[in-house]
Amino acid sequence: MPATLTPTQVDPRGPRFGAAVTTVVLAAVLILGPGLGLPLLIIQTFAFGAGSLLGLRYQPYGWLFRRFVRPRLGAPAELEDERPPRFAQSVGLVFAAVALIGAFAGSPVVFYVATGFALIAATLNAVFDFCLGCELYLVGRRLLGKPSLDSRQPIGGATR
Amino acid sequence: MTGLYVVGIALVLALGFGLYRKAVDGRVRAVRATPASPLGLDQDLGRTATFVQFSSAVCAPCRVTARVLDEVSASTDGVAHIEIDAEQRLDLVGELGITRTPTVLVLDGSGVVRSRMVGAPRRQDVLAALAGLAAAGPSMNTNPAAA
Repeated sequence: MPATLTPTQVDPRGPRFGAAVTTVVLAAVLILGPGLGLPLLIIQTFAFGAGSLLGLRYQPYGWLFRRFVRPRLGAPAELEDERPPRFAQSVGLVFAAVALIGAFAGSPVVFYVATGFALIAATLNAVFDFCLGCELYLVGRRLLGKPSLDSRQPIGGATR
Repeated sequence: MTGLYVVGIALVLALGFGLYRKAVDGRVRAVRATPASPLGLDQDLGRTATFVQFSSAVCAPCRVTARVLDEVSASTDGVAHIEIDAEQRLDLVGELGITRTPTVLVLDGSGVVRSRMVGAPRRQDVLAALAGLAAAGPSMNTNPAAA
């Protein structure tokens, strides 16, 4: 990719492990409901927030992975760019934030639907290594922005 | 109790969607033959085939796809691989109706788009795309634009 100076690299098994933990946490949140599940949902929202806004290095499940899981696994076959899993954390953050608003505003429907979508995303990520960014990013860009001026340059200028 | 139902529905949807995607991702689909010249490609096209890959920064499978296509194009004579940052070319993305990355257009030797692979293709999908071009016959290769 152009305009990218050695982006942060991560062990791809870290985000995958994090997604598995997230799946369990979100399922527990749903089963406990908007009342009892609230503390767990707040913890999960902070976890998404740390991963999204600060970077995967600060994602608590990533820390658990590095501290307790990775030492038992050995070195990864290869590292991957941090941006795709970080984008997934941002998507999770949006769903979790909406669910929190629903819980606080006394709207269980909003709580259940938003948490349900977050659970779908986390399950896809954990089970299939599904790339949420690949699906949503381009659609988002197309909806949000008209092509910028420099995007009109010939393809040759935009490739590696 | 509601929560339990929501968990069940979410898991069924996720597993169903995931399995569906696993089945269709990266498979070669023939498309109506369209000249690639409007793409404004100024790179050299391959003599027999060119893979035009649309990628984005937030896409891990794009890296895998680029590696597979690089390998195949390096080991097969007359096959080229061009990677485009979709974000830089939202105009093309719109015109071509590309909705996610990676999407790979398969061009024949005369620069005509013949098929498309949406999602990360496996090596065998890539080889199938090349075989599909060969099966379609060399008649398309007479275009001088291929030079």
